[in-house]
Amino acid sequence: MEKSFIAGRIWVLSDQSNKLIEDIDTDQIFHNAFLHVTEVSQMGQYALGNLEGWKDFSKKARPGDILVAGRNFGAGSSRQHAVGCFISLKVGLILAPSFGAIYLRNAVNSGFPVLRCQELDELVAKKALATGDEIKVNFRSGEGLNVSRKTHFKAEPMSAVQYDIYEAGGLFNYGKRISKG
Amino acid sequence: MGKTVIEKIIQDHTKEEVKPGKIVWMDLDIRSARDFGGPNVVKNYEEEYGDAPVADRKKTFFTFDLCAPPSSLKYADNQQICREFARQQDIKVFDVDRGIGSHVLIEKGLARAGSTVVGTDSHLNILGAVGSFGQGMGDVDITFAFKTGKTWFEVPHTIKVLIKGSFSSPTTAKDLTLFILKKLGTKKAALKAVEFYGEAVRGLSLPGRITFCSMVTEMAGIIGFIPEFGDSLKTEIEDFSGAQFSPYEADEDCSYSDTAEINVSGLSPQVAVPFSPSNVQDVSELRGVKIDSGFIGSCTNGRTEDLALASQILKGKKIKEGVTFKVVPATKRVYKEILERGILEELFRSGAIISNPGCSGCAENREKEKLIWRARESWPHLVSQGT
Repeated sequence: MEKSFIAGRIWVLSDQSNKLIEDIDTDQIFHNAFLHVTEVSQMGQYALGNLEGWKDFSKKARPGDILVAGRNFGAGSSRQHAVGCFISLKVGLILAPSFGAIYLRNAVNSGFPVLRCQELDELVAKKALATGDEIKVNFRSGEGLNVSRKTHFKAEPMSAVQYDIYEAGGLFNYGKRISKG
Repeated sequence: MGKTVIEKIIQDHTKEEVKPGKIVWMDLDIRSARDFGGPNVVKNYEEEYGDAPVADRKKTFFTFDLCAPPSSLKYADNQQICREFARQQDIKVFDVDRGIGSHVLIEKGLARAGSTVVGTDSHLNILGAVGSFGQGMGDVDITFAFKTGKTWFEVPHTIKVLIKGSFSSPTTAKDLTLFILKKLGTKKAALKAVEFYGEAVRGLSLPGRITFCSMVTEMAGIIGFIPEFGDSLKTEIEDFSGAQFSPYEADEDCSYSDTAEINVSGLSPQVAVPFSPSNVQDVSELRGVKIDSGFIGSCTNGRTEDLALASQILKGKKIKEGVTFKVVPATKRVYKEILERGILEELFRSGAIISNPGCSGCAENREKEKLIWRARESWPHLVSQGT
C-alpha cells in the first residue's frame, strides 16, 4: 500500500508567550550570508539560523522531525535554500496556517511536504500541541493525530497536483514521467 | 456558480474543476524565457532532460530584452547559451534587436485574449492588458514548462475594483495607474486577480492598458484585467496584433473575495517618489526638486504614444545642460514608428539620448543621481518639470 502519512516529533516555532511566530521570512530561515552554498547536503546547518530563539535548531533537529509554524511561513524573497535546508536535515513535514506564495511553489516543486492547517494557532494556544509531541498526519485526507496526547486535528490534504509531484520526487521527475506517457 | 475572468481562462486550460484556492494543472499556450533566467532554464533543461525535445517548439520562445545588446562578456555568453539551445531545438529567438519580450508577444499576436503565457519576466502579467493570463516564474518552473507545456497554479481569488469618475489631459494613464497603486497599496490585491471597472479604465487605449496592467506586479497582484472596453479597442488591438480580440467577461453571478471603490475625478499628474512605487504624491508637492537625469521607456511607458507625448511637450525646447534625458522605445516596431513619424528627430533635437529597444533603465543600477522616470517606477511629467 502506498504511504499516505507522515509521522514524527514536532517543533512548535513559538515565541516566549507561546504564540506561533508569524511571517517568518526566508532570510530568517536561511541567512543571505550563506547563499553561496549550492550543495543541499551543506544547507542544513544554517536552517533557522537567523531566527531569534531558534538559531541552534540544526543541532537539535533529528531526521523525520516536523515543524509547526505560524501563518505566512517563508514570506519574502525567493530562495531555494530556505527549502533545501530542511531537506538537508531530513525534516519530514512543515505545518503552517499559510505559506508565502513563492515558498510554497519552491517546496512543492522540490517534492518537500508542506501542509496548511488552520487550527494550529488554537491548538498551540490551548496547549494541545507542544514541542516534543509525536504526531501523525495523513496527507491524503488531512486527518491528524497527536499520538502523545491521543487527540485529533485536521490539516488540508495535499492537492492532487502537490501529491503528483511529491510522489514523483520533485517537479523535474514528474516532467520526465508525464512526457514519456 | 458563475466564474470570474481568471477562473474562465484557467478553466479553459485544465480538465479539473476550477475554484479559487484550488491548485490545478494548467496547459500553457506560450512558454518563454528571457536573457535573464534563460541561461538557467537551458542549464536545468540539459541536466534534467538532455537533448530531448521541448513539448512544442512552436509555442516556445526566447526573448532577449534585459541586456540588449549585451554590456558585458558574461551577458553575451548567457545570450549565446540560449541561442545555441534554441538552434538545437529549433526554437524561435526574438533577439537583442527586438525589444521587450512581453510587448513583442503582444505585437506578434502570440499573447492573445484568453491565452495562458509564462516566462522569466516578473512583469509578464502585463499581458492582462489584452486579456491574456501572463505569469512570471522562476527558472525551475519555466524549464518544466518547456518540457511539458504545463504548469501548476493555485487559482487566485478575484477582487473587483470600481474606479469612479474620469480624468483628462495632462493627466494620463500613468498618473491613473500610480494613483490606483497608492490607493490599493501592496496588500489589498496581494496574490489576487483584480478586475478593474469604471469609465476611467474602460476608455483606455491599448498603450494605456499596457501601462495600467504593467503595474499590477507592484500592487503584489497575480494579474489585472479591464474586462470592459470601448467600441474602438477591438479594432485597435486586432489591427495591432493580427490576433482576434474577444476577451472573457466575468459572469454576473461570479464571486469576488473583496471589492474596492476609488474616485479619480479631477486627478492631477502623479509622481512615485523613493523608495516604493506606491509612495505616490501629487506633482505639485514636488515643485522645486532638482533633477539630474530623466528617462522615458520600459514595459510601462515605452510605446509610440508615450514618446509622441514627450516630443509634443519638448517641441522647440532644449534639455537643460547638466541634465541627461534618455528615451528607450519598447520594441523595434516602436523604434520604426517614431523614426517614420518624426518623433525621434524631435526628441533628438531637444537633446535626448535615444537608445535601441529593450528594458534599459529598469535593468540599470544607479543610486546617486536624482532620477525622474516615466517608466515602471517613475517620476512622470519630467519634461514639463525638468526642462
